[in-house]
Amino acid sequence: MAKPPAPAQAPLIAARGLTKRFGDFTAVDAIDFDVAPGESFGFLGPNGAGKTSTMRMIGCVSPVTAGELRILGRDPTTDGPRIRGRLGVVPQQDTLDTDLSVMDNLVIYGRYFGLTRAESRRRAAELLEFAQLADRAGDRVDPLSGGMKRRLTIARALINEPSILLLDEPTTGLDPQARHLLWDRLYRLKQRGVTLVLTTHYMDEAEQLCDRLVVMDKARIVAEGSPRELIERYSSREVTELRFPVGVQETLADAQLEGIGDRIDRLPDRVLVYSDDGEAVGPAVHARGLRPETVLVRRSSLEDVFLRLTGRTLVD
Amino acid sequence: MTAPAIPEPRPSAGYLAAYEHQILLYLRNWRGSLFSNFAQPALFLLAMGVGLGSYVDKGGANATGGVSYLQFLAPALLVSSVMQGASSEGTFPVLAGFHWVRRYYAMYATPLTPRAIAFGQLAWNATHALMVGAIFCVIIGLFGAAATPGIVWSVPIGVLTGIAFSAPIAAFMSTQRDTNAWNNIWRFGITPLFLFSGTFFPIDRLPELIRPIAWLLPLWHGVDLARSAALGTVGDQPLLAAAHLAILLAMAVGGTWAMFAMFRRQLEK
Repeated sequence: MAKPPAPAQAPLIAARGLTKRFGDFTAVDAIDFDVAPGESFGFLGPNGAGKTSTMRMIGCVSPVTAGELRILGRDPTTDGPRIRGRLGVVPQQDTLDTDLSVMDNLVIYGRYFGLTRAESRRRAAELLEFAQLADRAGDRVDPLSGGMKRRLTIARALINEPSILLLDEPTTGLDPQARHLLWDRLYRLKQRGVTLVLTTHYMDEAEQLCDRLVVMDKARIVAEGSPRELIERYSSREVTELRFPVGVQETLADAQLEGIGDRIDRLPDRVLVYSDDGEAVGPAVHARGLRPETVLVRRSSLEDVFLRLTGRTLVD
Repeated sequence: MTAPAIPEPRPSAGYLAAYEHQILLYLRNWRGSLFSNFAQPALFLLAMGVGLGSYVDKGGANATGGVSYLQFLAPALLVSSVMQGASSEGTFPVLAGFHWVRRYYAMYATPLTPRAIAFGQLAWNATHALMVGAIFCVIIGLFGAAATPGIVWSVPIGVLTGIAFSAPIAAFMSTQRDTNAWNNIWRFGITPLFLFSGTFFPIDRLPELIRPIAWLLPLWHGVDLARSAALGTVGDQPLLAAAHLAILLAMAVGGTWAMFAMFRRQLEK
């Protein structure tokens, strides 16, 4: 795999041959990557690809089995607590203290980073504004919606003004509106120069938030680049989705479609045609006497990249 | 490259912050538990000490070494109650920390070490044991159930006994996902201990054959030590008292070590 161009500044995170094994099972298999300051970096892949294991090693809560990992220039094996003091962590599963109020959750968390109570309270009030939760400060955590809990977790992760914010599947399980609100908050952080490292199995999330990403599959990195670069390298400008009537879809011969577009992928429920001019595909198909029920032209996405790289869709 | 300047966190700050979290949890949720902290000792002293005691005392005070049954019972009941409370504190908060609320994982994402997280829990359990013991001691005073001022020794002895139970139980519970195993420990461990560790009657009333078992029952060491301190009889068998203390200390230290090791293993998974 081609190395990415060397970042102008020394990387905040550098991994070489990073490996995590649980007994005989290899969760992360000798991966290399760098994250530059201010960058928004993503790990994209299906469940079980090794994203969370990688994040836990970066978070200095899971020992590295083999290979080298440097975070802020330091070794997590010997400097774990010190590095963790400069990280903000948004775990996949909520770890908010449901026996405490929204405000208490932030203030006590600040205490873990050695903040005075007064300073922790000051930052907590600011962060609740940022997370649009100021009016819920005195409430318990339990009645909050999923989206609110996620925003509170992000606010909590920012209490130490971290150099790197780690987000593991930040919007999994949220409804579309809550996701967009969360993306907006993360985008603001990115604008402020916070380095974001996130995992996702959503292509649209990766496209929205990541400057650069690696695609993981079966414990390895299979591609690396910006969302645009990956689409250019592994897909085409446009994709035309053809849906044929039930019965036709199954019996359609490859030869009937050959030569249309640059490349064709057949999924169980539809046919994807990759080309630079998606609008031209419909007439070309009709000219061969095929009658798809629907023809949808859309921009190519990371979903297409993943399909190309692994032969599988991302949907579980 | 030169590493960016990162301030070295003071390890002691982490230990204190983890303890502070537990205190905060109590301050926000104390209402339910405080009433029972007062009511339980009063009920036990009334029923067992005053009620049952009036029967026992009719048989003469020989069986209880010359003091009333209430005075005989009070220090032992204090230690037993503290032990039970501390055992619970080693159970449910640990399950909550790892599984129900997952607050230990939140703590571990910060400069806190597994040891600081375990310390915070255990230090709180000891603090709670101290509160329960102190309240119990006040109630004993109100009942006129103290044979000598030595009753106050029951409080620190209770706390030590509490740690001796709470720490190894917490170490074990860190490996559990639910209370199934725990229910059996309570049913076949804690409850028999409560009944047969000399709390309600001296262990020399047990059949000769099973009497040595008392030595293996950790609660007996706390109960017997607290009783001899309260009745002013430590001087009669100083070696026995020293042995009690040594065994309780060994359990507390060993249990704490195990708890630290198990918390680390669990969090680093």
